[in-house]
Amino acid sequence: MKANCWVGPNKVEVQDVPDPTILNGRDAVVRITSTAICGSDLHLLDGYVPTMEKGDVLGHEFMGEVVEVGPGVDGSRLRVGDRVVVPFPIACGACLACRAELYSCCENTNPNAGVAEKMFGHPVAGIFGYSHLTGGFAGGQAEYARVPFADVGPIRIESDLDDEHVLFLSDILPTGYMGAEMCDIQDGDVVAVWGAGPVGQFAMDSARMLGADTVIAIDDVSYRLEMAASQGYRTIDYSDTDVRSALLELTGGRGPDKCIDAVGMEASHGTAHVHLYDRLKQAVRSESDRPHALRQAILSCRSGGIVSVIGVYGGLVDKFPAGAWMNRSLTLRTGQCHVQRYMRPLLDRIERGEIDPTRVITHRLPLAEAPHGYDIFKNKADGCEKVVLKP
Amino acid sequence: MELTSATTVNKPPQEVYDFWHRLENLATFMAHLDDVRVTGPSSSHWAASAPFDTVVEWDAVTTGDVAAERIAWASVEGADVDTSGEVLFVPAPGGRGTEVLVTLRYDMPAGALGKAVARYFGDDPSQALDDDLRRFKQVMETGEVVRSEGAPWGKRARKEFPQRPARPLSEEELQELRARKEVMA
Ligand SMILES: NC(=O)c1ccc[n+]([C@@H]2O[C@H](COP(=O)([O-])OP(=O)(O)OC[C@H]3O[C@@H](n4cnc5c(N)ncnc54)[C@H](O)[C@@H]3O)[C@@H](O)[C@H]2O)c1
Ligand SMILES: [Zn+2]
Ligand SMILES: [Zn+2]
Repeated sequence: MKANCWVGPNKVEVQDVPDPTILNGRDAVVRITSTAICGSDLHLLDGYVPTMEKGDVLGHEFMGEVVEVGPGVDGSRLRVGDRVVVPFPIACGACLACRAELYSCCENTNPNAGVAEKMFGHPVAGIFGYSHLTGGFAGGQAEYARVPFADVGPIRIESDLDDEHVLFLSDILPTGYMGAEMCDIQDGDVVAVWGAGPVGQFAMDSARMLGADTVIAIDDVSYRLEMAASQGYRTIDYSDTDVRSALLELTGGRGPDKCIDAVGMEASHGTAHVHLYDRLKQAVRSESDRPHALRQAILSCRSGGIVSVIGVYGGLVDKFPAGAWMNRSLTLRTGQCHVQRYMRPLLDRIERGEIDPTRVITHRLPLAEAPHGYDIFKNKADGCEKVVLKP
Repeated sequence: MELTSATTVNKPPQEVYDFWHRLENLATFMAHLDDVRVTGPSSSHWAASAPFDTVVEWDAVTTGDVAAERIAWASVEGADVDTSGEVLFVPAPGGRGTEVLVTLRYDMPAGALGKAVARYFGDDPSQALDDDLRRFKQVMETGEVVRSEGAPWGKRARKEFPQRPARPLSEEELQELRARKEVMA
C-alpha cells in the first residue's frame, strides 16, 4: 500500500510499504477513507520529538471501513464493514487510567513504556504514527492501518454524515473541546486562546459553546486570525501588538479569566532576542521546548484563573514563570486529549448541528500529495489551515 | 544480584495469584525465561536461553505458598544456577486492584555460564524486570502482550533502540513471528 513516511528532518515521502496485518487478537485493519495532517505531526517532522526512525508511517487522525478483525475483537462492538473514526491515543479500556477515562495515559498500550518512563517519569499511552516514545505504532496517513484494541476506541458512524463532518473526532475537535472544558467556564468569562490553528479554532468554538462571554484569538498569521474573526471572536496579532496590554484593554484591566495554550513547544516569539535565546538552547538541547505562549498565558491570566494547556510539550522548558503561577493562585491543567471520552457527546453535537467541524478545512489533497500538504501547513502558505488527505 | 520491582494490576489478588501460581505462565511475559514446567507438587524445572544457543536449566522448589498472598521459590541444592524469588500480592487501597511486589535473586555462577546469565539480563537488569512486570500487567489486564510495528517481538522487545521503523511488517518478518507462534495466524 501507499503510506506517508518520515524519512528525515523536514522530509516526508509517500512510499510503498507492506499492507498491515493483525498482530494482536483485538486488532482490526481499517481501509482509510480520510486522514489529516495535524500540528502534532509538525513537531515530529522537524525532529523536535525524539525517537523517530527513518521510514515511520505518520498520521494519527484517520477514519475508514473495517476490513478485518482479530479473533479477540468483541463482535457486539465492531465488525467487518463498520464505518469508524479512530481516536489517536490507543487505550486498552481495562487499566486504572482507562477506567478513570484518562485514555491518553493508558498503562498498557505503549510497548516502549520503559523509554517513555525515563523521559516523563511515568509512561504514556501508545499513539498512532507518533514516534517510538509513544510506542512505535504505524500511522494512518496511508491506505490501511492496523488498529489495536479496536473494540475499545473506534466509534461507529451509523448516520450518513460525510467523512469531513466526523473525521476530526479522531483528535482536534475533542482536543479543542477538552481545552475549553478544562477551563471550567463560568458566566461572564473571557477566554483567550493562543494559536489560531485548527486546534485553537475548535477550542474557541468549544469555549463559546460552554458559555464564554468573550473569546479572544492570538496568533500572527493573518488569515488564521481572519478565520477566527469570521466566527465573531476578537483577535490579537502578536507580531505588531503587545499581547498582555491588548488583553488588559479587552478585559477592563482584569486579564482573561481563562487562557488556553493551543500552540505548544514550537511557539514563535514577537521579541526576537527572547526567541533566539530559546531557539539556541533548543538547538543545543539544553531546552527542548520553546514555551513563549505558555509563559505569556500564565503572565496574562487574571489571579485565580485557569491556564489550560493543549499545545504539546515534549521535554524541558526554561524560565517557567513559577512565581506568577504560585503567587497569583493560578491553576494549570493539561493533557494529551482523552479522545474516547468525548467522541460520542461531540458526535451528538455534530448531528444536532451545534458545531460544524468542516469550517477549518482549506485543502483536500490526494494522499500522494502529502509532502505538499506538510509544506503548506507548516509554512502557512496558500491560506492553509487544515489539510485532509484522501488515500 | 538482587532485583525488585512492583506493579499494580487492576484485578483482585486471588486472580493475580492464580495466574502466577501456574508457573508455566511466567515464560509468557518474563523475557529471560524460555520455559517453566511444573514437575511435582512443589517442584518445577526452569529453562533460560542464553546467547550462542546455549540453554541454562535448573530445578526449583516452591518454598512458600499462601493463597492470594505470596509465592516463593528457590533453585535446588547443587543446581547450575543459584536463584530464588518471591512475589507478594497485596490488595491496593481503595479498590485499586493488586500490588504485585517481586524480588528475584540470582547468584551468578562463575565462568562462562555466569557470563551468559548476566548477559541475558543486559546492561540494566532492573529495567528488564520492570519490563517483565509491565508485560505481566498487560497479559493480566488485556489478555496478551501488546505489539507495535516498531516493537512487534512481544517479550523479546528488550533491546529497544533503534527499533525497526513503525511500518507494517514484511512477509519475511511475519513468517519469523509465526514460526515463534507469537502472532495471530
Ligand atoms: N493535547 C492534545 O491532545 C493535542 C492534540 C492535537 C494537537 N495538539 C497540539 O496543539 C497545538 C496546535 O495544533 P494545530 O494543529 O492547531 O497546529 P498549528 O501549527 O496549525 O497551530 C499553531 C498556531 O500557533 C501559532 N503560534 C505560534 N507561536 C505563537 C505564539 N507565541 N502565540 C500565539 N500563537 C502562536 C501559529 O502561528 C499557528 O497558527 C500543537 O502543539 C499540537 O501538537 C495537542
Ligand atoms: Zn492531531
Ligand atoms: Zn488502559
